[in-house]
Amino acid sequence: MKRLLSSLVAILVALTFLASTSLAKEIKVGVVLPMTGLVAAFGQSAWKGIKLAHFDEPKTKDGCTIKLILLDNKGMKVETANAVSKLITDNHVKAIIGAITSSDTMAGAPIAEKNHIPMISSSATNPLVTKGKKYISRACFIDPFQGSVAAKYVWNNLHAKTAAVMIERDQDYSVGLAHAFIKAFKKLGGKIIAVEFFQSTDQDYSAQISDIKAKNPDVIYMPSYYQEIALFARQARQYGLKQPIVAGDGAEAEALIKIGGKAVEGLTFTTHFDPHAAATPLTVKFVKAFKKKYGIQPDAMAALGADAYFIVAQAINKAGGCKAKPDKINYYIRHTKNFKGVTGVITIDPETGNAIKSAVIRKVKNGKFVYVTTVNP
Amino acid sequence: MNLTIVLQQLVNGISLGSLYGLVAIGYTMVYGVIRLINFAHGDIMMVGMYFAFTGIAMWFLPWWAAFLLSMLASSLVGVIIDRVAYKPLRNASRISALITAIGVSFFLENSFLVIYGGVPKAFPVPSLFGGAINIHGVIFPNIAIITPIVAIIFLMILLFILHKTKYGMAMRALSLDFETVRIMGVNVDLVISAVFAIGSFLAALSGIFWAMRYPAINPLIGIMPGLKAFAAAVLGGIGSVTGAAIGGFIIGISEILIVALFPSLAGYKDAFAFLFLIFVLLFKPTGIMGEDLERGRF
Repeated sequence: MKRLLSSLVAILVALTFLASTSLAKEIKVGVVLPMTGLVAAFGQSAWKGIKLAHFDEPKTKDGCTIKLILLDNKGMKVETANAVSKLITDNHVKAIIGAITSSDTMAGAPIAEKNHIPMISSSATNPLVTKGKKYISRACFIDPFQGSVAAKYVWNNLHAKTAAVMIERDQDYSVGLAHAFIKAFKKLGGKIIAVEFFQSTDQDYSAQISDIKAKNPDVIYMPSYYQEIALFARQARQYGLKQPIVAGDGAEAEALIKIGGKAVEGLTFTTHFDPHAAATPLTVKFVKAFKKKYGIQPDAMAALGADAYFIVAQAINKAGGCKAKPDKINYYIRHTKNFKGVTGVITIDPETGNAIKSAVIRKVKNGKFVYVTTVNP
Repeated sequence: MNLTIVLQQLVNGISLGSLYGLVAIGYTMVYGVIRLINFAHGDIMMVGMYFAFTGIAMWFLPWWAAFLLSMLASSLVGVIIDRVAYKPLRNASRISALITAIGVSFFLENSFLVIYGGVPKAFPVPSLFGGAINIHGVIFPNIAIITPIVAIIFLMILLFILHKTKYGMAMRALSLDFETVRIMGVNVDLVISAVFAIGSFLAALSGIFWAMRYPAINPLIGIMPGLKAFAAAVLGGIGSVTGAAIGGFIIGISEILIVALFPSLAGYKDAFAFLFLIFVLLFKPTGIMGEDLERGRF
């Protein structure tokens, strides 16, 4: 009798175990974002976009729940590498969305690459992020394009002949975008008369500003992130610099206007998206849903986050839904073609993993971001 | 490089240096008395910034009231931290207290992260501190003029307290010999609380000046100023208040000069500031004002 009971228990245990593995229909996707730290505004905005996209499409076509696991990388390279390792080894995710900045993504990418887990960054624009990698892709354009868009705008619309460039030395994004701008601006016939350097933790730019002031360029190009740009703009205006400041997509966060105040008025930047210039039907739907859910307009980070999620969800579906293997998911992420996303029509180049899409120029006017124009590749 | 730029960079350096000095005098104060490198000092700066921010932006107090309230509240936080975290370890090894200080630092950073979130807040700068004066092409931002004045005033007040009052005498005595002072009937814990209150008051003050100069605050903002102040305090001879102020000036001016003279190395200016510190310490291990450390502190 006792033996019968114990074997019964054993069978029961085995059954529950089987049931739990077959019933728990979920597929895990890791998300690595800076929810705290210097670029926290980006991470939080992207997470809003990803959550909204997930709300819209929470399951695969064959009924599995797509489970998102969010880890905070604090905007730090080491933390990103740790988060990616943890997601792969502890959580067994099938794909990863993240990180936001180029430097962070580059710190996590080798780990995803080694473990053959597809990783898609919503907004890392430095060309090196995907270079030589088979499992790393992105939902955004790359900096050589962004830099040339900025150079053309500065040359044609601002009629600037000379420029000063502020480079954030420890950010691959800043270094890469600055060089792309310098190259494109020189090609147009412009002159770079001052190149100044600083680093992420810097808050004082008075020495750089004094030097720029003496050289008196027509325009200042500062490919950096919102906090640095806002503090720089405040100090520059305090020191009497009146030149227009032009930036990249790193400028776009409400915090830029809150911190910069009047000093960032007129600041122009290249970015991915404008809620008022709908690129696809999904843009309209997304902007409406976003405003309803969060009470604010979505920015580029939110829109790109949503696109990264939609691309991953689509790839999971094509790769077989519930039973999708990372290799297959990666294949379909990299073969995304004419996907009508939130930020526009996205095609990912299977060779490089880079998205090919148009850029938007926005500026700060009366304390708000306004649309200037769209530039196609 | 013409004269205007040279003068401008000098102004920049002095104003940045006085800010570092202001942070460093509070830092060195606590070390001088209880020999504890208070790693939470930078975080109390951050606490002061957020208190002032809350006062102005959320309670709509006039700026001076918000600043005063923030400094007093930060003093209280400093005293509480001492009572809760450091006092039980008064007779423990110095390394235990040091590790506790790091723990306090993490605790403050993360609790403010939970309360205020990770996105940087815009610190409201009163108009008195916001503008700039132009003298023959050399720009003097108001804050750059006010900071050195405030730093010198508070340095004087601190020296007065330390050398002319009974509490100051007790603090100086404590820095030499704990046990003897206790035997003499001095309420040691009360004096140490006073040290923490003054140190935290100065931390909040320097935090507010920091935030008015760079009006983007986040819960991790205290880390870098804390390190700079530590470097300044060590350079000046840790434990010496005047030395800390001088150390702050030297680090501020050398940082600006590196950017001004070698623009391409500007990205490494912190590295140079710390290299400079190592260099000075190689020749003068006790720091600039450290020669009479054996005779008495401050």
